[in-house]
Amino acid sequence: MEKFEKLTGVAAPMPLVNIDTDMIIPKNFLKTIKRSGLGVHAFAEMRYDDNGNENPDFVLNKPQYREAQILVAGDNFGCGSSREHAPWALADFGIKVVISTSFADIFFNNCFKNGMLPIVLPQEQVDLLMKDSEKGSNARVTVDLEAQEITTSEGEVIKFDVDSFKKHCLLEGLDDIGLTLEKATAIDSFEAQASQARPWV
Amino acid sequence: MSAPKTLYDKIWDAHVVSRDEDGTCLLYIDRHLVHEVTSPQAFEGLRMTGRTVRKPENTIAVPDHNVPTTTDRAKGIENEESRIQVDALDKNARDFGVHYYPVSDVRQGIVHIVGPEQGWTLPGMTVVCGDSHTATHGAFGALAHGIGTSEVEHVLATQTLIQSKSKNMKVEITGKLRPGVTAKDITLSVIGATGTAGGTGHVIEYCGEAIRSLSMEGRMTVCNMAIEGGARAGLIAPDETTFNYVKGRAHAPKGAQWEAAMNWWKTLYTDEDAHFDKVVTIRGEDIEPVVTWGTSPEDVLPISGVVPAPEDFKGGKVDAAKRALDYMGLKPGTKLDDIPIDVVFIGSCTNGRIEDLRAAAEVLKGRKLAPGVRAMVVPGSGLVRAQAEEEGLDQIFLDAGLEWRMAGCSMCLAMNPDQLAPGERCASTSNRNFEGRQGRNGRTHLMSPAMAAAAAVTGKLTDVRKLMELEEA
Repeated sequence: MEKFEKLTGVAAPMPLVNIDTDMIIPKNFLKTIKRSGLGVHAFAEMRYDDNGNENPDFVLNKPQYREAQILVAGDNFGCGSSREHAPWALADFGIKVVISTSFADIFFNNCFKNGMLPIVLPQEQVDLLMKDSEKGSNARVTVDLEAQEITTSEGEVIKFDVDSFKKHCLLEGLDDIGLTLEKATAIDSFEAQASQARPWV
Repeated sequence: MSAPKTLYDKIWDAHVVSRDEDGTCLLYIDRHLVHEVTSPQAFEGLRMTGRTVRKPENTIAVPDHNVPTTTDRAKGIENEESRIQVDALDKNARDFGVHYYPVSDVRQGIVHIVGPEQGWTLPGMTVVCGDSHTATHGAFGALAHGIGTSEVEHVLATQTLIQSKSKNMKVEITGKLRPGVTAKDITLSVIGATGTAGGTGHVIEYCGEAIRSLSMEGRMTVCNMAIEGGARAGLIAPDETTFNYVKGRAHAPKGAQWEAAMNWWKTLYTDEDAHFDKVVTIRGEDIEPVVTWGTSPEDVLPISGVVPAPEDFKGGKVDAAKRALDYMGLKPGTKLDDIPIDVVFIGSCTNGRIEDLRAAAEVLKGRKLAPGVRAMVVPGSGLVRAQAEEEGLDQIFLDAGLEWRMAGCSMCLAMNPDQLAPGERCASTSNRNFEGRQGRNGRTHLMSPAMAAAAAVTGKLTDVRKLMELEEA
């Protein structure tokens, strides 16, 4: 997995609440058997009209946000379907950080498996970053995972929390499966014990 | 004596392989369900790293999202991408030796209907699937939740998941339901009360007399939509209803194993005085037949209500409501039962079981589909279809003018040809009313099978109790 350490980039505002994974990547793009190439379809139904032309009002189509690497979003981002195609599409578009007051559980976990950092902050701080992101491409925001700090374009520093294990995996770009397989002996002994306790499973 | 535990605590503790200092656990997974949409990249990952499936005997695969539901589907899948995805599952299931129910098998159906039907889902288990509606299996007192594709690969390779424990939330539905009110009305009403993020970070245990009185089918409907309430999983403690459903199923334990299992299953309840981080109580008598008016499952109102105005909401929901009304083509103040519909969809992992079809058939018996409305009934599995045909339900649907389809996810998410055209409005028994969910610019109103059947008859959103009164009169 690609490492995530520190990033300075454009933040795009998406204040809508309850942005679901159907919006992030509509189902017609789930028919792929690959992980790559979904960025062009990210937010497809909001981003393109019925003829496939770009909707100029959609935030990521505006010139100042086309290179956005950070999304500042409304509450409960990523709700709905478990599709990992949602973080795949965002990452492929170039989004590496999403900031909101809350995330749906599965989407939140899926981000970390793809070198992306979802950050939960209180409403006032999300509001502040939302305002900062409305300034466009001249306002660059820095996200430092090691220090757990966001620096706004005005130089204001916001601290954030992150699970220590997930942080470690992101900083090192670690492969979960490899880590778990190091515990194969523990899995073996659990299975041996479970097959005694619950032989019907 | 150890501290009192919730049902969730008990199942969790029985599956912890190892615990790190920061509380991150390696959790053992008893059953892994797999479908064609979220698994190809995971199997590909195994191939690329030379890894194998650790427990193919506990891994069950079935194609459901992409499959056609027309009766001529044996001729194959027309859409090339869909076909490739189903073919990939065929090949992966064979190559890695997991249990498999192909499209041609009468047991094929929606993964969350097939699992319980075949006895794969049992009380006290951990069950995962690359699908958010895995929450369904919680109805058995199994800890069941959706995972992403990276985690699918992780479970295939290790039979475990890296997890942090969620908080405990109790949702109690007291008393009795009134006539015409069903499990779907319970689960939608809970989401209406708590919001789609109300359960975030929690595992919900549903309890109370109204939940106890539900059949397994109804309990699955309730737990299925725990995810729409934001919860990681929903649970209902197993009881005689559960044991009676499980007994005799193909992969349920038999003989001495059954007795051993029962001994453990009977300990699977929340201890008195166990701690819940959040508690929600709803009186069963207060629940009415409900429908959704917007584009989030929390946009729930009793059918007797009117379309709300954006000003009725606060914060970010004001703009979301504005957008939803615009998308849904609705004006504030419109009576919900004045809203005309174009399409009716009865099916999905929420409401595609035999009891759902019986409820719809009861309303449709001797009645006709309203002119200009198209409607389809899509059973959740080939065995549900067979059972319905044995009971003559298919004939009731066909006589009323509805289509009788083969099993699959169908118009719940419209990955196959079963889709809404732009602007079409659907009375749907599925679980999500998101923008574009049932087809680009399609409009979804979620409701129970009985309510969907009532809408089919009148051509508009309808309080099913009005049709029931007609029957009684």
